[in-house]
Amino acid sequence: MAKKVPQINASSMADISFLLLIFFLVTTSMDVNQGLARRLPAPIPPDQKAEDKDINKRNLLVVKINSANQLMVQGQLMDVKQLREKAKEFIKNENDNAFLPKLVEEDFGAPFGVIRYTKDHVISVQNDVDTQYQAYLDVQNELVAAYNELREECAQKYFHKAYAELDEDQQKRIQKIYPQKISEAEPKNYGN
Amino acid sequence: MAKIRRNEKREMPALNTSSLPDIIFMLLFFFMSVTSMKEVSYKVQFKNPQATELTKLENKSLVRYIYVGTPTAEFRKQYGAETRIQLNDQFAEVKEIGEYIVNERSSMKESDQGLMTVSIKADKETKMGVIADIKQELRRAYALKISYAATQRTSY
Repeated sequence: MAKKVPQINASSMADISFLLLIFFLVTTSMDVNQGLARRLPAPIPPDQKAEDKDINKRNLLVVKINSANQLMVQGQLMDVKQLREKAKEFIKNENDNAFLPKLVEEDFGAPFGVIRYTKDHVISVQNDVDTQYQAYLDVQNELVAAYNELREECAQKYFHKAYAELDEDQQKRIQKIYPQKISEAEPKNYGN
Repeated sequence: MAKIRRNEKREMPALNTSSLPDIIFMLLFFFMSVTSMKEVSYKVQFKNPQATELTKLENKSLVRYIYVGTPTAEFRKQYGAETRIQLNDQFAEVKEIGEYIVNERSSMKESDQGLMTVSIKADKETKMGVIADIKQELRRAYALKISYAATQRTSY
């Protein structure tokens, strides 16, 4: 008669794997890496002097943040919550206001056709050395949000779809109508 | 004819638990794949600022991090309570960022080098002077794709 091999007791296997599970639960972090994506301008070559680009005053939206995290838009004190609407109004200039950026007519092809848009608008963000990071990010966030909302509107109007659902080519074409133009000056001390 | 058994004691059949380890292992693998290990041990402490227009950083291997904040309690004696920068596992000066970026970039595959993203994980109380210095240094090192790490804002 063959010798019977005693069965291995596997009941503790579950406990061992539970232990492993708990170990991984503790050591790993669930938080996903997310953030506000931005692109920095390319550096100026050392042999070239920084040129002051001549920008028409009506094409420029100046947003200043001082060391007390207060916002000044076009010379007026403003709350961050109002900035999005202000930026949208500025980028769109629906009523061809003489104080808002100049409208340029351009043919974008089907399905857009000829559209009047503010080709040369620039939003300039200037901050103080002592500005808080959160205040700066709030401003950046609102400006990006303004662009995102405009692009979303455009996508709904011409493609009847959400912007995120469009393919890359369609997104690129909408980006051409609403190009992100946020310029950041070198930090200076604006006093209090 | 049906038999009526009354006096026989009914025993609960033993539950077969042999598949339990497999189930637990499945859970384990699930958690292992969805979670990410901490990249480094933090020497600075920071609280992410909040924002709404967030994008996820897709490819982890293309992302490099710069941590900005005040030194944690154990390093406070040595380094003070001023805002400091951490690269990898060490405290660093602003000047060292350029070198760090160049080194990290050269260790990447050539096709990936242009896709490198730098994630700035800074405390929300940080002064913009420090951030601006970092940004200038990144520009000089041609690391132009950046991401300001932030958490989703739920309410104003």
